[in-house]
Amino acid sequence: MQSKISISNLDFYYGKTQALFDISMEIPERQVVAFIGPSGCGKSTFLRTLNRMNDTIPIARAEGVVKIDGENIYAPGTDVVALRRKVGMVFQKSNPFPKSIFENVAYGIRINGLHKNKADLQERVEKALRDAALLNEVKDRLNSSAFGLSGGQQQRLCIARALAVQPEVILMDEPASALDPIATQKIEELVVELKKQYSIVIVTHNMQQASRVSDKTAFFMLGKLIEFNPTQKMFTNPDERLTEDYITGRFG
Amino acid sequence: MSENNLQNHSRRKIISRIMTLLTAACTFFAIGILLLIISYIAVRGVSSLSLQFLIDTPKPVGEGGGIGNAILGSAIMTALAALIGLPLGIGAGIYLAEFGNGWFGKITRFVADTLIGVPSIIIGIFVYTLVVLPMGRQSGLAGGIALALIMIPIVARTTEEMIRLVPNSMREGALALGAPQWRVTMNIVLPAASTGIATGAMLAIARITGETAPLLFTALNSRFYNGYLDQPMASLTVQIFNYATGPFEVEHAMAWAATLILVGLILLINITVRFLTRKKF
Ligand SMILES: Nc1ncnc2c1ncn2[C@@H]1O[C@H](COP(=O)(O)OP(=O)(O)OP(=O)(O)O)[C@@H](O)[C@H]1O
Ligand SMILES: [Mg+2]
Repeated sequence: MQSKISISNLDFYYGKTQALFDISMEIPERQVVAFIGPSGCGKSTFLRTLNRMNDTIPIARAEGVVKIDGENIYAPGTDVVALRRKVGMVFQKSNPFPKSIFENVAYGIRINGLHKNKADLQERVEKALRDAALLNEVKDRLNSSAFGLSGGQQQRLCIARALAVQPEVILMDEPASALDPIATQKIEELVVELKKQYSIVIVTHNMQQASRVSDKTAFFMLGKLIEFNPTQKMFTNPDERLTEDYITGRFG
Repeated sequence: MSENNLQNHSRRKIISRIMTLLTAACTFFAIGILLLIISYIAVRGVSSLSLQFLIDTPKPVGEGGGIGNAILGSAIMTALAALIGLPLGIGAGIYLAEFGNGWFGKITRFVADTLIGVPSIIIGIFVYTLVVLPMGRQSGLAGGIALALIMIPIVARTTEEMIRLVPNSMREGALALGAPQWRVTMNIVLPAASTGIATGAMLAIARITGETAPLLFTALNSRFYNGYLDQPMASLTVQIFNYATGPFEVEHAMAWAATLILVGLILLINITVRFLTRKKF
């Protein structure tokens, strides 16, 4: 199995407070990796180190090596804009732009100049919406406001927006945490579908969800990576006592 | 116990009633004063109002006269001020909101807040020294600059506030797609804040339309139609001041009529803003 992202000895600080401790792991290509762990253990922080989204926080500082396709993204001179094109992100709270449904998806295509002409743009937007399992619901109102969509539809719109720029990795931070079971199921099906083309990392608080969608699962606690194993093994026969306690709900 | 509960309930209801009535009374008082002022101006002003009055230049007492040149002068100087003040103010506001967390931003913010509090007559004297004295005379240009200086800090601070209201998650959403910082600001943050920024800009314009003191030093006044920026220029406010301080009753009546026009114009600006900035998305 080839690894897409390779993290070694990553420490992370918010000012003087250390949030991640010496994390090393390999994220495989075209698979789904789930991050689980109690609230505040650093899942989002870790996820955001993978596309350097933490750069927007002035006090944040990362030490260590994160290689994507063999290149250290923390090396000086790294093109962060290009990195984020390659490593897409879907946030916990859906965050559509104050634009039409069409323009939301078209935005990333436009800024990256991916389309040849107008027809191509239209095609790419529709493909992204179809891949995000949203096209059928919105095809008659592509030009109306994205804020008119339901919460679940908005989240799928954000997924479509991320897919439209053709990333290689997709980071998802609890993409279904605010959604009802049906919308959640749609997103889970989508994740399983998407791994044919993309490497996916998904943060979730939902154990069943982790076991349903992921190939490998990482368990974090207090900023440390406790265990990282195939999902099957994690949920049946984990190496660590802590993992077992957490998964069986002995602490929360 | 249940009796006690009932008692509490009716007590709460009465207090809630009283508070509602109190706030309603305050609202009526505030709106009442505003309506009183506007209707008083309307009653006093409407008798001297005519098309001729809106077109004519001031004439010797008894020969009629109007405020045509003053309206034009106000329009020119306000437009000039907006032309200078809006880009600078909005630009500064964007800087403060998106990049102004360092010491430079802090100082700029402090200076802007201080400038907002400076009485406008002091801006007038400042521009008098800086523009009028070197040019050798008062001018529409100097007036426009003075008004622009009043606008800039107001527009900068409201723009900053409006941009800060744009949720960070929206910026991150765009950054995550590989958008460079400047594009995020231009295509996501600014459109999201545009309604607020436009409202702030219009309020600033409405504010300077009503300024008199800084124009007395800088643009002075003129009895003629004149579009030359290097000449003294009439304005509604200064013209109102002249008419109102004149010795004759006809002049006072014209002052009221001009006031009515000024208030009407400011009202029109505000309505236009509302109309232009209706939420599309
Ligand atoms: N911007 C920030 N500044 C300072 N500390 C932060 C910041 N963001 C997160 N932290 C701290 O870092 C630690 C890890 O937070 P993080 O958001 O990564 O946790 P999480 O595992 O995603 O939690 P949750 O499951 O609740 O989302 C927490 O102690 C948190 O308080
Ligand atoms: Mg989180």
